[in-house]
Amino acid sequence: MATKRELAALRKAKATKTLDKLTSLAEKVITQAEKLDNPTVEIPIRALSNVAFNKKKHIIEMGSKTQSRTLFNVNMAKRFAQTFLVAKACKELLDAGKTTSIRDLYYMTKHSIGKTSENTFENQGESDPIIEDLEVTINTLREELHLFASNKGSMVGELTLVDAGDTIDARRQGSGGWAVPSIVEDDVIQFKKCDAKFVLLVEKDAVWRRLNEDKFWRKYKCIIIQSGGQPARGVRRLVRRMADELKLPLYVLVDNDPWGLYIYSVIKQGSINLAYESARMAVPKARFLGLSSYDRERYDLPDDSTIMLNNKDVARAKQMMKYPWFAERKWQRELKKMLDSKVKLEIEALSSKGITFISDEYLPRKLKEKDWLV
Amino acid sequence: MSFDPQLSLLDTTRAKVPRPQAPDNTLRSHRSKRVGSAKEDPDCSEMPAKSSQKTPKNETSSAPDNGRPTEPDITTAKPPSKKSGGKGGPRKKRSAERLAQGQRDISVSEFFVKNRHLLGFDSPARALLTTVKEAVDNALDACEEAGILPTILIEIQQTADDRYVVSLQDNGPGIVVGQVPKIFGKLLYGSKFHSLKQSRGQQGIGISAAGMYGQLTTGKPVRITSRTQPKYPAHYLEVIINTKKNAPEVIRDTEVEWDEPHGTRVEIELQGSYKSGKHSVDEYLEQTAMANPHAEIFYYPPKGRDEVVYPRLSEQLPDEPAKIQPHPYGVELGILMKMLKDSKARHITTALKEDFSRVTPKVAEEICKTAGVSLKARPTTIANREAEALFNAIQKVKIRNPTTDCIVPIGEELIRKGLEREIENASFYSVRTRAPRVYRGNPFQVEVGLAYGGQLTGLIDHGDLSDGSAWVGGVRLNPTKKVEMALTSIPGITRKKAVQLLLKAGIDRATKAGMLTADQVELLRAALDAEARSESATRSIHLVRLANRVPLQYQQSACAIHKAVTDVNWRRYHLTQPRGGLPQGPLVLVVHIASVWVPFTSESKEAIAHYEEIIDEIKRCIMDCGRELGRYLSRRDKHKAQADRRHKFDLYCGELVEALHFLTKRKRTEIKKILDTAADHYAEVGDELQE
Repeated sequence: MATKRELAALRKAKATKTLDKLTSLAEKVITQAEKLDNPTVEIPIRALSNVAFNKKKHIIEMGSKTQSRTLFNVNMAKRFAQTFLVAKACKELLDAGKTTSIRDLYYMTKHSIGKTSENTFENQGESDPIIEDLEVTINTLREELHLFASNKGSMVGELTLVDAGDTIDARRQGSGGWAVPSIVEDDVIQFKKCDAKFVLLVEKDAVWRRLNEDKFWRKYKCIIIQSGGQPARGVRRLVRRMADELKLPLYVLVDNDPWGLYIYSVIKQGSINLAYESARMAVPKARFLGLSSYDRERYDLPDDSTIMLNNKDVARAKQMMKYPWFAERKWQRELKKMLDSKVKLEIEALSSKGITFISDEYLPRKLKEKDWLV
Repeated sequence: MSFDPQLSLLDTTRAKVPRPQAPDNTLRSHRSKRVGSAKEDPDCSEMPAKSSQKTPKNETSSAPDNGRPTEPDITTAKPPSKKSGGKGGPRKKRSAERLAQGQRDISVSEFFVKNRHLLGFDSPARALLTTVKEAVDNALDACEEAGILPTILIEIQQTADDRYVVSLQDNGPGIVVGQVPKIFGKLLYGSKFHSLKQSRGQQGIGISAAGMYGQLTTGKPVRITSRTQPKYPAHYLEVIINTKKNAPEVIRDTEVEWDEPHGTRVEIELQGSYKSGKHSVDEYLEQTAMANPHAEIFYYPPKGRDEVVYPRLSEQLPDEPAKIQPHPYGVELGILMKMLKDSKARHITTALKEDFSRVTPKVAEEICKTAGVSLKARPTTIANREAEALFNAIQKVKIRNPTTDCIVPIGEELIRKGLEREIENASFYSVRTRAPRVYRGNPFQVEVGLAYGGQLTGLIDHGDLSDGSAWVGGVRLNPTKKVEMALTSIPGITRKKAVQLLLKAGIDRATKAGMLTADQVELLRAALDAEARSESATRSIHLVRLANRVPLQYQQSACAIHKAVTDVNWRRYHLTQPRGGLPQGPLVLVVHIASVWVPFTSESKEAIAHYEEIIDEIKRCIMDCGRELGRYLSRRDKHKAQADRRHKFDLYCGELVEALHFLTKRKRTEIKKILDTAADHYAEVGDELQE
């Protein structure tokens, strides 16, 4: 186990490496301008057009296509300058050894330009993509830039861990659980005593509360995590580390609709936008526990617990069926069944069979029958 | 503040000069110094005035209570059918003899009364304009014919609510006393009707019609003062028209003292109405001055408005247009018959040769052969029997185009000068005079001038800020008022508009005007400028139509010039243009057509007929100027784009310098220099080359 001093040294070395990258990016701009070349930043494209599904590794990987962002082009000049405003703010953070939220960064970099009423950034929606651009451009991670998103997700279960030097017993986290931080790298979080046999990730806070109240994790020796919808990087990186370091299988419980299924997909093989993070965040062996399109019949759920699919749901399901990572027959069947039945099913629908139906019957039976998809 | 294009056009170059004493003096002088007539004078104006008050309304009914035999007798206007028709009811059989009792000559004056709309007297405002117009046209023509640089004084005085005296004085050759009554008192009298020559008037119906209108509406005679040479005395005449006989009657003829060595002064009192703006006397004179840069015009408007002086721009008279014989292609059948009938030649070939231009003996022979008439036939015989065959033959025979030296254009230089006088600060001018062309055997020539942008965009002199108060739009905002209220003191700014401007400028509307910062005042000015710019960009252009140096003001959309302008694709020249309409933008477009015979659509001479050859030629001429305008605008747009680019680069480079300095630790000045050089380079290159 690394000492505190060693951890600090590790952090410092990481910071220096990132700083070098930022500096050379800036130097390049000056050199180009000196030669009357149009200063250019090559940014890997974060879109469907530049991702590929690696069938072997079972993850979505980013391709090699880049877009050029040039300074002397009226349509790009602003974003070019913004890129370096973010770089500058990151250097300030790295120099001071502080981390901050991306919202904070927005305020650090936002000011009016010259005497105009124009701002460097009009809203956070403008600065967030620039941060991601910078990450991929200099091939660094968000946390290496000392940035984090707001905490999202919480956890309880049979695990003891150290978070920024404080020991946390995940068995004693009350009804709210331990909030999963945005940065969960090993210089911040270290796992200690683990009695869990598996990890269960649920999409919804309400369902997680039910399971926590029923002490499902104690009975079945597991860790339960709620992601609050599409999981943030912190949760994704954490479950990946548990899978890698603690060798715990990961089960995912989501709504039976295209969006729920896609949450599972992101956990399993990564997302299009953050394809460059797949390699260290995806959990290809994650198990899709439910809700399956077939659960309605198998668990005899009443018809009035269902909701009609709307146009958006149908369009999204059809779009997903075309993704290479949904090409396998089992997923096509799931989606087809959903479209044919014309209804979706929320996890809460299980409560129509009784408040503790989920912890007493549904989950135990699923696990017992090994009724999951991978 | 001038959102109105007409107003801005008018206001720009008007030199405000003290009213010279001359016209006032002369006006008084011939009254007071008139030999032996000073005291009798009032009677002729006052008495009939009362009785004639009603006449305009019941011109066509009888007015037996008119006191004087010399009064316009409008009983003749009574429809003749009344006499023969008897009382209403079922129709009765009537013999030709009985009908003949009701048939008789219709006097020209009667025709006038019934058709005054054709002659331009259909409304009081238009009557005033037409009167000025006819008088000015006559004066200019007279001066030019006599080889004198015209100096013209126009004065309009209001004598009652709806009554005006139009006085026009020129420095022309004057009129021989014996001719005065005919010129001013007989319709259709003149020298121009019988020849083909480029001139302003064409039918000789003008000034006498104005006189008749005045007489019909006020009962006043036309008053003329004229002197032909310094050594002869000036004559003062009062002429009325005997409407029954279409004959003038002189009711007064006296010698008077007059300051002018030669010239003519005409005074007509008429029922009218004075207004400014579109279709106004003001506008007409402004355009007349533009079309006649060799004339000097003094204008004294009514209602206490400021005098306007249009100084002479050219000391040279336009060349005298040559008289030409009609070309066979331009002659209509009826005219052809009349010409043959009047011919003194013995043989048809000689008649053709002598009375028409471009008819050589060979051509004359060919025409006759084609028509199948004897070469030796008498013209009068042909006129009666074979005129139509001859007419058709003319169309088939190839005849050379007429000479074009009979047309005198204004010329590119003077059109430009005239435009520049009216619109001092346009950002672009273009003028073009094309070579003469021919339609139907009539030579004509087209000229175009245009002025674009600058003051036409309505940019405003906001006023001087040095006294520390907020000057916006030429108005000092009342510092104690809320700015939204203070702004309404700018002409043309309503409360609503003021609120919009403040919103645009990002200023709280409740701010006291006195509390505005210098930056805020700048923002307000910019907002007002932007407003004016966008307003002028969506306004139709101002089209000035001139025919033989005479402005055409009415019936714009019926005119061949309007048709040509709307037919041109102005989008090609970077202007917006609604489908089938006039283009939009801060543009004044002057189109002049000079011809020995301008084909007007009606006698009021307000619109040119749609002859294909004429429209095509106007279009070509407009396009010549349009292309130049297009080039200018695209150059300007490019410069603007370049400046915009540079501005944008500057903004973001400023941000970038700070970031790069922080990241690389290199000096700010060093980085700034490098970026500035590169920015200059790329601002010039433009985005398109980077793609």
